[in-house]
Amino acid sequence: MATEAHGAAEPGLVFHPMDQFMVKPLFGEGAVGIFTLTNVTLWMALTVAAIFALLVLGTAGRATIPSRTQSIAELAYDFVRKMVEDVAGKDGLVFFPYIMTLFLFILFANVLGLLPMAFTTTSHIAVTAVLAMMVFLTVTIVGFVRHGAGFLSLFWVSSAPLPLRPVLALIEVISYFVRPVSHSIRLAGNMMAGHAVVKVFAAFAPMIIISTGIGLLVTPLSILAIATIYALELLVAFIQAYVFTILTCVYLKDALHPHH
Amino acid sequence: MEGDIVQMGAYIGAGLACMGMGGAAIGVGNVAGNFLAGALRNPSAAGGQTATLFIGIAFAEALGIFSFLVALLLMFAV
Repeated sequence: MATEAHGAAEPGLVFHPMDQFMVKPLFGEGAVGIFTLTNVTLWMALTVAAIFALLVLGTAGRATIPSRTQSIAELAYDFVRKMVEDVAGKDGLVFFPYIMTLFLFILFANVLGLLPMAFTTTSHIAVTAVLAMMVFLTVTIVGFVRHGAGFLSLFWVSSAPLPLRPVLALIEVISYFVRPVSHSIRLAGNMMAGHAVVKVFAAFAPMIIISTGIGLLVTPLSILAIATIYALELLVAFIQAYVFTILTCVYLKDALHPHH
Repeated sequence: MEGDIVQMGAYIGAGLACMGMGGAAIGVGNVAGNFLAGALRNPSAAGGQTATLFIGIAFAEALGIFSFLVALLLMFAV
């Protein structure tokens, strides 16, 4: 995405803030194909391994008095289960494994992406678009399988006055099809923006090397800013995973109970 | 020379697109502020509504993210 021409000539900004999102092959320098092992592959595998370590290895003891790891796994399980039950209703619990998978994958990808030198897989629209399209297709198929043509009543707001209903139907249809777009871009955009901001401040941090005068002011301020934004990003990483899953639950509720 | 003007237009456009984020900021602040106002009036009902709070924030924020996306497209894709 970013080219090396950006900022290379300027003394302060020695790297481009968007460089961290470049997909590179793990071995060698060749072009990236479908089967090339890239840094995306590596960090996705690490994400899955971390989830496996928490949920499978962490709960392997099945202790009555849970260890710390087991407590975290149980906490995550209860948290997502309660969310599905509250938002999508009791019959939404059929989809609990899927939503739990989504939540943990996004949460771990976001948090692992915060490690220095890490690659944030969820900062790429290609990754989040697949997740969002899967949710969209699942919800649409579930809606039509459960309710047949009755699912279309989601777009026909029967509580509104009759003359308004065609207009509302148009708006509802448009907003229904924009869902996967906003669903995926929200996650990717938040992740990308946060990491880019950290990198922008990281570019200002070594200012003291170039000039001691202005550096004495800029360097401590930017290091402070990095620390603050980093803490904020940790919060954002969790909230975006939460928002993605809770919106999935909301969409699922629409599919299970389409009548307004 | 022509390419420079196109580039300049893209950069100005990217900067202008970022104004949309201000709108999203107002929206998110509105949602959170009203939630807090309501929660202080009736703290016992606040806990059950945090999910609604986050859904509202997410919807308000999505439109700001769209403007960020437009800025990115102008910077890197056009």
